[in-house]
Amino acid sequence: MAPLIETHGLTLHFGGLKAVDGVDFTLRPGEIHALIGPNGAGKTTFVSLLSGRRLPQSGAILLDGEDISRLPAHARVRKGIAYTFQVTSIFPRLTVFDNVALAVQSHGAKDLPAKTRAALARVGLQDLEAQEAQTLSYGHQRLLELAMGLALNPRLLILDEPTQGLAASEIAGFKSLVQGLVPETTVLLIEHNIEVVMDLATRITVLNFGQVLATGTPAEIRANPAVQEAYLGA
Amino acid sequence: MTFGPFLLLALMEGLVTAAVLALAASGLSLVFGVMRVVNVAHGAFYMLGAVLAWAVAQHVPGPAAIAFAAAIIVAPLVVGALAAATDGLILKRLNYDPEATIVATIGLLYMIEQATLSLYGPNANPVQAPFEWRIQLPWFGYSGYKLFVVLAACVVLLTLWAFITRTKAGLIMRATQVDRTTARSFGINVDRVYMGTFALGAGLAALAGVLIVPIQQAHYLMGGDTLLLSFIVVIIGGLGSLRGTLIAAIVIGLCDGVISMFFAPTLAKILATLLVAMVLVFRPQGLFGARS
Amino acid sequence: MKVWALHLALIAALFTAQFVLSPYHTTNLARIMVLAIFAMGYNLAFGYTGLLSLGHALLLGAGMYAAGLSAQLWGLAAGPALLVGTLAGGTMAAAVGLLALRTAGVSFMIVTLMFAQAGYLTILYFAPTTGGDEGFTVAAAGRTFAGFDLATDTPRFLSALALFAVGLLVSLALVRSPFGRTLVAMRENEERSRMLGYNPFAVKLAALTISGLYAGAAGAAYALLFGYVGASFATIQYSILPMLYVLLGGAGTTLGPFLGAALMFALIEVASGLTTAYLFFVGLALVALVLFAPKGILGTIRERWVKWLP
Repeated sequence: MAPLIETHGLTLHFGGLKAVDGVDFTLRPGEIHALIGPNGAGKTTFVSLLSGRRLPQSGAILLDGEDISRLPAHARVRKGIAYTFQVTSIFPRLTVFDNVALAVQSHGAKDLPAKTRAALARVGLQDLEAQEAQTLSYGHQRLLELAMGLALNPRLLILDEPTQGLAASEIAGFKSLVQGLVPETTVLLIEHNIEVVMDLATRITVLNFGQVLATGTPAEIRANPAVQEAYLGA
Repeated sequence: MTFGPFLLLALMEGLVTAAVLALAASGLSLVFGVMRVVNVAHGAFYMLGAVLAWAVAQHVPGPAAIAFAAAIIVAPLVVGALAAATDGLILKRLNYDPEATIVATIGLLYMIEQATLSLYGPNANPVQAPFEWRIQLPWFGYSGYKLFVVLAACVVLLTLWAFITRTKAGLIMRATQVDRTTARSFGINVDRVYMGTFALGAGLAALAGVLIVPIQQAHYLMGGDTLLLSFIVVIIGGLGSLRGTLIAAIVIGLCDGVISMFFAPTLAKILATLLVAMVLVFRPQGLFGARS
Repeated sequence: MKVWALHLALIAALFTAQFVLSPYHTTNLARIMVLAIFAMGYNLAFGYTGLLSLGHALLLGAGMYAAGLSAQLWGLAAGPALLVGTLAGGTMAAAVGLLALRTAGVSFMIVTLMFAQAGYLTILYFAPTTGGDEGFTVAAAGRTFAGFDLATDTPRFLSALALFAVGLLVSLALVRSPFGRTLVAMRENEERSRMLGYNPFAVKLAALTISGLYAGAAGAAYALLFGYVGASFATIQYSILPMLYVLLGGAGTTLGPFLGAALMFALIEVASGLTTAYLFFVGLALVALVLFAPKGILGTIRERWVKWLP
């Protein structure tokens, strides 16, 4: 199967800090791929490079074989790469409906209300559409963020620590939601909660000091001594 | 006169402009650097300095030098106090939000100018120079007072520089400039630093106004051009960089003197404002600022 | 529905006002409506998109001089001259935007201020053509529209009203459209908008250009309806005034610009009868608004009582 995303020797250094250092990475269509690693391993920087929020110093990013390394972020969103923020980033003074409608209408305004409500219903926020987004609870704001990502109808959805700060019951709901997205949407997940990772991911990539330490199925990663030393055992 | 002496005269005039500009612009730069406030009313403080110098001259009898000496002390103090009040009553309440403070200082500019118009009137009034002394060069005579202005500006700027780099108050100011939250957690009274900085910046503008008024009469709208030139200087020099501001003031003052002697001043101003806009767009750190 | 009804009611009320008011006040109302067009354009950039410009006088001046000079030099009639002026405002805004929108916040304010200052000085520099500080009066030949003399009261008032009505309804339609939502998204969270696939630079450039079309139309209308073109309309004061109107009426409300323009016009009218230093009140109003009512009149009313107000 042809990969959805490939990176070759992707590199971004901040001064002496090698945040992302020659990463070769492959994302297969339809998988849930988790990116794990200790704090400061370069996970968020790496997905920033994928989504175009930062540009690499060297290396290439291919989407379906097309080089997108120099495309600005908004153009990559239009090509189907959606990014949800680690720190919830919504439009706090707009209604829940308007937040999601903005995502829907960015690729055409046809059937706007219906599509917006459909995206809200997928995350269970349909009853709160008239509320101002800033009045939502934290968990609901995370869901709104997710609904905005879904409403973009992406080929790749990048989730940056989506379960951070969620209650246990909310995490269960989140897991089934993500499982329902594949295989139409491919999911790349940065996650600290190792249980969520092991339950959801079909494959896992471990980053350490900006480099790929290992890639494999959850079982392979669990058994990998280098990973155990660097991360799981710690 | 042949070209050489003509150029010399232009340069000397430019040096006077540069000196006054350096004073006014360093105040603007200081306020922006420490408080991140763009003070649009800065030109109005400069004008107030000039008008107060005139007012002091009306009330102090005796030789012009005594009235001038009084003005040079009184005007910056009064304007500084007004600025401190402005800071406490307006800027602080806006939490120093950059955009809101611009709007507020625009309002302040109107209020100061219009209050001056009603109290002082629409006329331009001269103030006598503290001494009448001319230097006789082989080609032309030159006002000794103008050279005094250059000298005075140098002394003030050196004092300012020493104050910022060598005193505890200056150190506190620089610490606040770097990071106001950290400064506050180290027990620095940030509110007082801001008030003092704003007063100091306004006082420098007022001092420039006092120095210029024997050369150029006091008028309620005289602040406009100085504000514009100070903006140009501060932006070209790099926002908030005092050293860049000084270099830019000298360059622009000299250019202004030379250009306005040989070219149409309007054209020079058009080019200067466009240049500033381009610098902000393409090189926001300024032409002389080293900071990123 | 009730939103459209409210706006149509305002237009109808303004139409009837000409039968009630004295000719002097009717002319003033026409002036207010033209200034309100300018302010509505400013509001689209500032109130909705969050672009705090200090250079809109340049756009007003572009429209005014483009219309006035094309009437004067080429004998254009009022209709085509209005069109030329409107397009001049839009073109100027696009040109300024291409450069100024590379900056944001305080830098954007200063860059737009500098461009406007350069524009004002350019008018003075070409004094033989523009009349410099004095300006010029637009000849009667240029002030006719479909056989009506725009220098007379009724045609002048109705032309101003028609333009105002078009401007108001277009701005209402615009801000209630998906595009209007995109504008607000720029103001609220530009980074998030980018990650929803919007190009912030392009959206803001579009907003500024539309704003410029409004300003250009207002400048052209002023020249053609009141017959005077002058450099004073390109001074910084005419960059401040629309900001003041919008802040007073309520930034990001469709009716705020008109309300602000009307109230400020009345205040200046009264104050200038009392003192020559009437601009003091402009300054006072600015300071009071940012301090005590940053949402303006309609913004506060919307927040407290009438949620549906657009």
